[in-house]
Amino acid sequence: MIVFHYDKSFEGLLTAIFDAYLRKTFPHRLLLPDEPEPLFCEGTHTVITDPEKSERVWKSLEKKVDKNTLNMISYAWLSELPGADEVIFRYIRKTIDSPHSIATNFADDDVLQLRQIALKTSREKQRMIEFVRFQKTSDDTYFAAIEPDHNVLPLIITHFRDRYADQQFIIYDLKRNYGMYSDTRQVTEMSFTESELFDRGKVKDHLLAENEVLYQRLWKRYFKAITIRERINPKLHRQHLPRRYWKYLTEKDPE
Amino acid sequence: MNPNLLSKLEILAESAKYDVSCASSGVTRAKTAGGIGNTAGWGICHSFTEDGRCVSLLKIMLTNYCIYDCAYCVNRRSNDVRRAAFSVEELVDLTLGFYRRNYIEGLFLSSGVINNPDYTMERLVGVARELRTTHRFNGYIHLKSIPGASEALVHEAGLYADRLSVNIEIATEKNLKLLAPEKNHESVFKPMEFIQQGMLENAELRKNAPKLRKFAPAGQSTQMIIGATDETDNQILHTTDMLYAKPGMKRVYYSGYIPVNTNDERLPMLRQPPLVREHRLYQADWLLRFYGFKVDEIVDDRYPNLELELDPKLSWALRHPEAFPVDVNTADYALLLRIPGVGVKSANTIVMARRFGKLGTADLKKIGVVMKKAQYFITCKELAIRTVHETSPEYVRRKLTGKKPDSSQLEIQFDW
Repeated sequence: MIVFHYDKSFEGLLTAIFDAYLRKTFPHRLLLPDEPEPLFCEGTHTVITDPEKSERVWKSLEKKVDKNTLNMISYAWLSELPGADEVIFRYIRKTIDSPHSIATNFADDDVLQLRQIALKTSREKQRMIEFVRFQKTSDDTYFAAIEPDHNVLPLIITHFRDRYADQQFIIYDLKRNYGMYSDTRQVTEMSFTESELFDRGKVKDHLLAENEVLYQRLWKRYFKAITIRERINPKLHRQHLPRRYWKYLTEKDPE
Repeated sequence: MNPNLLSKLEILAESAKYDVSCASSGVTRAKTAGGIGNTAGWGICHSFTEDGRCVSLLKIMLTNYCIYDCAYCVNRRSNDVRRAAFSVEELVDLTLGFYRRNYIEGLFLSSGVINNPDYTMERLVGVARELRTTHRFNGYIHLKSIPGASEALVHEAGLYADRLSVNIEIATEKNLKLLAPEKNHESVFKPMEFIQQGMLENAELRKNAPKLRKFAPAGQSTQMIIGATDETDNQILHTTDMLYAKPGMKRVYYSGYIPVNTNDERLPMLRQPPLVREHRLYQADWLLRFYGFKVDEIVDDRYPNLELELDPKLSWALRHPEAFPVDVNTADYALLLRIPGVGVKSANTIVMARRFGKLGTADLKKIGVVMKKAQYFITCKELAIRTVHETSPEYVRRKLTGKKPDSSQLEIQFDW
């Protein structure tokens, strides 16, 4: 078994691919620098992330595959699922080695897996677009906290920037402790060092805009009123609105 | 802000909830300078109520006062319910306030009929006009077209709204007249025609003036109540088919009847709304729109109702064993779609993947084919041993419904 150690950055992964072709040895496992190696390890290599090398791998991929596939690779990476990097590695290798596109060969495990991982990210991206709930603060900034399984904030930000082009807002990923702030002209990445402004994703009461509590109450009341009681179906409800997202949904807050 | 707003919102949302349509799809509109929002073509659900339905739009009534007395409607004039009405300003504030917090995609506005249809329609259009022009709102607007409203008003509505809808409510005119004496099919089809007319005229005008606003770009939709009257699925689906033949008709919704008015002898006593039947009708609707089925293949005079225990595609397949087995490695797309257990997505995936080599059952399973159903109807790389021919349609039916055979008959089981 051959293992590569790398820093678990996307550039690092691409550098690892570059190194593998250079050394003509291909890893079975990808590990962190300090991760213990498995028994029966025949060879190891520590990848030193190199922007030039990773750039070259990405460029050659761009020539070989369509935009859709590139997107799928990025989505799979943002999934942050264990083992996703190894799938991406094998997928890119197969792409490079094959004389024609393998993008739709779904009988191949790596091709199918890459798509399925990318789909997971994509599904959560869609959900976050649905489930982000802004709270208006006293300085007219709209604040929303999220805690997605996958790192989807970079994927959803364009949607919100376009939709709320005329309002200042922050979407903040509490799990990864970073957020995006749009001041109506541009979007910047930011992170709070101390969170005196909000508590468990809710903006503190004295910082809320005047009408905010009323709007939240209106929304909750509306959500209740629109339910047809004769048709209540908790299983279906949870299937569409998984419990792990309830935390930041205004309408699932007790009134 | 008005202190009664909370209870008003409650009353008028309660009144609107029986309209099942809540789609926000069909239009892509980019942001504009100085405007609010945009519209995503694929539609976005923002929440799901405890009955599992999507909340995409602020679905609400302008007022639930009504001059009509339709038996199936909670807001009919003879009902003793709380009544309320919104002002234009209140509705506009609510819509924008909800929209800015990412609660909704836009507004779905309906109304009881007050004074006369035109008077009501004018008020609905007024809200849309205010949102679109004064506030430059680019979100989604769905307006109900009031039966009996004049053509001019429907045309103005179409310029502000993304979708217009008129509910047919009851599939046959005889029963509609029975439950809603003040309505007939003409009063429903007339506004539908106005909408079509508006769309066609607008398309003509836009040839020379492409910047002109599109008329109801997401088309129109309608709704039928299921189980309040004695229509068969055959009658309902033929009405559906006739509706989809009209240009611009995007969706027909089915709403299982919920006994809102219990003291009316024209209405059946139901313990539970016919949810399974409603679900089967939606499946049949999908077969019509995405699977290339003709309505007569799904229901006809011999089979006037959909089976409740099997989905309509499986039910069709069991009636037509001669169409199977289908070889997934060679059959064309249209034929793949006929296989129970294969949907649009897996049919597409099969077509793409089989270019690289023959597919086997393991591949199909991973691709997402529901093999529990599909196994009886396909051949693939491996030898098929239990298709509907090796066994029998009755056997497959028993296997898939989990029903025991009639115990009064002896039977020798061949289980492979």
